[in-house]
Amino acid sequence: MSWFQKLKAGLQRSSNRLVDGINRALGRKRIDAATLAELEDALIEADLGPAVAHRLCEKLRARKLDGAEGDAVRRALADEISLILAPVARPFVPAPANRPHVVLVVGVNGSGKTTTIGKFANQLAAQGKRVMIAAGDTFRAAAIEQLRIWGERANVPVIIGAEHSDPAALAFTALERAKAGNVDVLLIDTAGRLHNKADLMAELQKIVRVIRKLDETAPHDTLLVLDATIGQNALQQVETFMSLVAVNGLVVTKLDGTARGGVVVAIAEKFALRVVAIGVGEGIDDLSAFTPDDFARGLLDLDAQP
Amino acid sequence: MFENLTQKLGAVFDRLKRRGALSEADVDAALREVRVALLEADVALPVVKDFILGVRMKAVGQDVIRSVTPGQMVIKIVHDHLVDTLGAAASEINLRATPPVPILMVGLQGSGKTTTTAKLALRLVGRDKKKVLMASLDVRRPAAQEQLAVLGTQANVPTLPIVAGQDPVAIARRAMETGAKEGYDVVLLDTAGRLSIDEELMAEAASVRDAVKPAETLLVVDAMTGQDAVNTAKAFNEKIGVTGIVLTRVDGDARGGAALSMRAVTGRPIKLIGLGEKLDALDVFHPDRIAGRILGMGDVVGLVERAAETVEREDAEALAKKVQKGEFDFDDMAAQLKQLRKMGGLSGVMGMLPGIGKIKQQMADAKVDDRLVRRQEAIIASMTRAERKNVKLLNGSRRRRIATGSGTSVEDVNRLVKQFMEMSRMVKQVSKLGQKGMMRAGISSLFRR
Repeated sequence: MSWFQKLKAGLQRSSNRLVDGINRALGRKRIDAATLAELEDALIEADLGPAVAHRLCEKLRARKLDGAEGDAVRRALADEISLILAPVARPFVPAPANRPHVVLVVGVNGSGKTTTIGKFANQLAAQGKRVMIAAGDTFRAAAIEQLRIWGERANVPVIIGAEHSDPAALAFTALERAKAGNVDVLLIDTAGRLHNKADLMAELQKIVRVIRKLDETAPHDTLLVLDATIGQNALQQVETFMSLVAVNGLVVTKLDGTARGGVVVAIAEKFALRVVAIGVGEGIDDLSAFTPDDFARGLLDLDAQP
Repeated sequence: MFENLTQKLGAVFDRLKRRGALSEADVDAALREVRVALLEADVALPVVKDFILGVRMKAVGQDVIRSVTPGQMVIKIVHDHLVDTLGAAASEINLRATPPVPILMVGLQGSGKTTTTAKLALRLVGRDKKKVLMASLDVRRPAAQEQLAVLGTQANVPTLPIVAGQDPVAIARRAMETGAKEGYDVVLLDTAGRLSIDEELMAEAASVRDAVKPAETLLVVDAMTGQDAVNTAKAFNEKIGVTGIVLTRVDGDARGGAALSMRAVTGRPIKLIGLGEKLDALDVFHPDRIAGRILGMGDVVGLVERAAETVEREDAEALAKKVQKGEFDFDDMAAQLKQLRKMGGLSGVMGMLPGIGKIKQQMADAKVDDRLVRRQEAIIASMTRAERKNVKLLNGSRRRRIATGSGTSVEDVNRLVKQFMEMSRMVKQVSKLGQKGMMRAGISSLFRR
């Protein structure tokens, strides 16, 4: 052990301010194990999952940081997370070449599909796009009525079928009408379904098959709506929805609560699936772009960047 | 997932050849894996920490039952502790109050409150012969009240007529008045979904509670919930007061760690679980099943217990000896088939094994069922002693005779012989690994063709 290492070991044992000051004067130091363990716990509690949390903290372990105090380490960790998320933060932009640009919205029950569609419709309409909604959730009681009200609020037409009618047929009709009406974006709602129900997943595939009869390139986007309170099961959900209906984007909802939605980091790492928007409330305007820095800071309880 | 846990635990304990009592070091190594498994199942971190402490106290110094590996032993201790923590089975809905008995349903948005309300109503009507009225206090989400009304029609349970513009407390009072006037036994009050940090809405739910004094306040929670379960449980319990938990979407493939978190944080029983979109898909809570799920293991505990009961150790040891010498004959195969059948047959064993879905599919593809096991036993029984010892004797005419004798076809006999060849080849391969490896390969090879 060199004299320097001895000094450092001695300094680490004590914990008064003077020592901290000296540490700072000495410049960089390693992050101690307790801080790392605490951070790993924080990540786990934000739903990143034990494996991802561990890996991220391992990355930090090797690093030396200025000061290396709680907040500085947290910031460094948030930066790491933000790096993972940066490539997936890509908003949803309808391509004008698609007449219309067809968006299929899928997800498990209660994740917030219908509300998200209402918000999207409003946002797109406000941008001057001609928007149409297909109320494809013909299963849940009053889902059609719910969407009709959203349509009124956003001032967007909603194509409605009978309850318990075939959602694929409704999607087909809606696309026909959207084409005839020179609509820019058609948002298709679907009934909530658990990804492990084969028959319900087949129903979704049928919707895709049927609308492709009118437009081979449709749906141009298939968005999976995930509730931020969800835990590690989100990974299975994403995997199944991606493989069966080629989901190419995520919307994370209910981020206005205490849930942090950290599983999105694990999803970004594993599937590189883009996050197109986040839901932050029940109001029609409560749909925001996904910003990796803010999201990462939220995971670690750091204030958002000014 | 459980494959991971058993394999990991297997790896931990394979390094330790010795048996006997579980040492502290063994237990700690195993519990590190258990911790990860619980976290992967979405059990909240503080709950996991407490849980691990509890298991550790129980596990250190425990004797390992013979015929069970130390890894399986630890799993059993973990499982039992999990069942204890999850609480007793079948805690009924409390209806001991002056009718109409108010029941309040609360939870986050999208947790499944409205569907659960209708399911519970149907259950109370059907099973308990109660006259039930439902009322939606959700004046926030568009068409929420209509949703409950439609479900009421489907379930043939009356709902309180909707009066536009009424606030939740007023609706609740009106529901109770209607309930009293029209002689209802139970009034189910479905509230709007709310965030636990939404002070205003939490206060609103509390004032509904004060207005009607519910006999039960059921917190409806999605089985897919992650770490936030702790915040939700705490907030709802502190601000509204929860008497029971309903876990929904248990028909999904989430491991359901939220059940443990909720139970640990609130101390309240999990009363019911939702198992599907149909209105009768509501069941009482079985802690052992959820425990198995949280550990991602199917009912391996049952398998271990039954194995301990049925597998005679001498038989297993005799087989192990033969295996070590590289000998394996039809008598051994018959013995394995018999053991398999004793343990509840293929479907029984399958139901208890991890990764069930995949194997079940393989079995369906291969058209393997329990009758096959019996048929295979019959085929072996129709062989002469010499044939059982020496597969090479089985020429065409002998196979025809065996088929006739066992009431099967020559193809069946051929298939069995092929399976036997595969098994004995595998036995030779794994004989180096010792008895455990053999038993595993032996049984699983039965499922292949």
